[in-house]
Amino acid sequence: MDDPLVQFRDVTYSVPAVAAPIISQLNLSVERGETLVLLGESGCGKTTTLRLVNRLLRPTSGQVLVEGKSTSDWDPISLRRRTGYVIQEAGLFPHYTVERNIGLVPALEGWENLRIKQRVLELLALVGLDAGNFAQRYPGELSGGQRQRVGVARALAADPPLLLLDEPFGALDPLTRASLQSEFAELSLRLGKTAIFVTHDLREALRLGSRIGLMHAGRLALVDTPEKFLKSDDEHARAYIETLRLREDREDEADPARGDK
Amino acid sequence: MSFWTFLQQNWSEMLTLVREHLGLVLISTLVAVVIGIPTGILLTRKQALRNPVLGIANVMQTIPSLALFGFLIPLPFIGGIGARTAIVALVVYALLPIIRNTVTGILGVDRNVREAAVAMGMTDRQVLWQVEMPLAMSVILTGVRVAMVISVGVTTIAAAVGAGGLGVYIFRGLRQYDNNLLLAGALPAALMALAADFSLGLLEQRFSVESRKRLSILSKIALAAIAFVLVLGVYGSWRASRSHTQPIAGDKRLVIASKDFTESVLLAEIVSQMLESRGVAIERQFELGGNLPHDALVAGRIDLYPEYTGTAYTAILGHAPITDPRAVYQQVEREYAERFNVEVSVPVGFENTFAILVRGADARRLGLKTISDVVPHARTWRAGFGQDFMSRADGYPGFSRSYGLRFAEQPREMDLSLTYIALASGKVDLIAGNSTEGRIAALDLVQLADDRRYFPPYEAVYLVRKEALTRGPVLSEVLSRLANAISTEEMRQMNYEVDANKRSQAEVVQEWITKKGF
Repeated sequence: MDDPLVQFRDVTYSVPAVAAPIISQLNLSVERGETLVLLGESGCGKTTTLRLVNRLLRPTSGQVLVEGKSTSDWDPISLRRRTGYVIQEAGLFPHYTVERNIGLVPALEGWENLRIKQRVLELLALVGLDAGNFAQRYPGELSGGQRQRVGVARALAADPPLLLLDEPFGALDPLTRASLQSEFAELSLRLGKTAIFVTHDLREALRLGSRIGLMHAGRLALVDTPEKFLKSDDEHARAYIETLRLREDREDEADPARGDK
Repeated sequence: MSFWTFLQQNWSEMLTLVREHLGLVLISTLVAVVIGIPTGILLTRKQALRNPVLGIANVMQTIPSLALFGFLIPLPFIGGIGARTAIVALVVYALLPIIRNTVTGILGVDRNVREAAVAMGMTDRQVLWQVEMPLAMSVILTGVRVAMVISVGVTTIAAAVGAGGLGVYIFRGLRQYDNNLLLAGALPAALMALAADFSLGLLEQRFSVESRKRLSILSKIALAAIAFVLVLGVYGSWRASRSHTQPIAGDKRLVIASKDFTESVLLAEIVSQMLESRGVAIERQFELGGNLPHDALVAGRIDLYPEYTGTAYTAILGHAPITDPRAVYQQVEREYAERFNVEVSVPVGFENTFAILVRGADARRLGLKTISDVVPHARTWRAGFGQDFMSRADGYPGFSRSYGLRFAEQPREMDLSLTYIALASGKVDLIAGNSTEGRIAALDLVQLADDRRYFPPYEAVYLVRKEALTRGPVLSEVLSRLANAISTEEMRQMNYEVDANKRSQAEVVQEWITKKGF
């Protein structure tokens, strides 16, 4: 099948209280197997875009197609169970153990207990957590990085074709973030999942994205591969790239190739 | 009598009251939970309803409890006298904390957690039961805990509508100036409140996410025990409430009520015992507060209660006070027949008028004999009056005007039975008591003569529903025997036996009936 997994067609989303639309005239296709990163500053509409995919929101006009079918025609429950969702604070259920958190969607789908247990063990191994040590813990007893690993495992539990990730590593310290990023890149490549990944961090976008979609004020300014993104002369893209350069200047003053503007 | 001996002697009665009290609290809390939690859940789904409903619950909670009982008495189905009315009122008070905490608890669930649950493909029902309710449970339980502690307190007032419970001891203790009774009522109520607070607090901790641990065997047993006691209590009080619900149509029992002071109880007990010895089945609904006996009589919930002509004339019929006893009696008799279909018995023989009382020491020192003698001293005096006296037409406003009395400050308004103690202990200098009060002599108080004849006559009579009189000749026979049968001295003596000598009302009444040969 060659048709894109997710497709936005002239999508506008607005709320009555705000004059300007949050998303306007968005057209975007997400191909199977790719990781599309939505990049942009706070309030640019990237999270809203994500929430339109699993029908947490519905477009004011236009259509969002998932597997060729408009989200309005999907049963929201089955749409969401086919879509893994990871958010910044992980959103783990504090009253469930790690095991129950990860096994949540399989349990909702009515899997047998034994099968759920095996799947949870598999996923814990996949995200690098020792089952014997972690399965029976509560989220309150985990570090931020461990919680985020559990969040990813939970999103993968029922083997959904599509993953939606909303700044999943945003609240982590830089070291943990870096190691989770590379593990995720490796994982998504291995599992061949399609993912939409929201971030405001260009480095993260460059590291993880097969394509980067830059959003500004509710509009998609640019979509391209990381290489072409870096060479783009779109003003918003340039602004992002400048911040990257400034930061690297300070981090690495000795590098002559990246000297002045 | 020491508190300890008192407990030994009244142990079984006290246990009955504790059981009644606990039953009222548990049933009403249970009903409030059953209504309140679903309402709270609904309010988290329907935002437009939230403020109006919470507003109504808020207002309901501000209604003073005795007033609420008053509203409820004439209502069909939920009203009347006894446990059912009390439970309705208790539920009304318990609803607000439960609804409010359900709403707060559910809305307080972490946004991320709720969003994750929805995005995971949980249905609204699953989000509610698997995520929101478990996470809100400790907050909801706090609401239940608050409701329960409030109920323990309000239930003490339920004694005023004949619902029983520890309030019976508290009201009686206040009237009879008996600290043992007060303690025997207040102490178990306080312990009950603490126990409810503590045990629900334990339960609450079990549900709190922060301290989440797997339940140990021991705490499982503890929780099971709490649940067992709850079930037992609810069952027990259900049985108890079935055994004294109101008479239904066709029931031949006569329901006899009294107001909430000793003399009224004694008068009601006299009729009750005389009827019982003549083979009539009686249900006693004694010690009803405020104007509840009147409301209940008019509503047909009770058949008879003792009243005073002056009270009926001014407080109930709303006439300006006059001083001619004949005129008052005839007017009351006629209007009660026309308006309420109620018969007024021949006066039983004594009057219980307001007695303006001062300390004996003051009376002797200043040579006080009449109320007019007080006027020169009043400017430095403080007065204390019952709520009744402060508000009624023949009470304080007319009284002070008629005598030109002015006190150092606005008179203190307090419970009537407390005014005697307040006067004797020097907290106030003048009170308006009852002329047949047994403690007048015991506390060395002196009654001043009403030299301007301000107070209307207060002849004791029985008010009887005409319908009750048609059920047989016995009631009429008993009432005619009681016509002019009780002198002021006899009444004061009986009051004194109960209030000062702490003897039981039934015993004192029986003695009097035997002596009279009734």
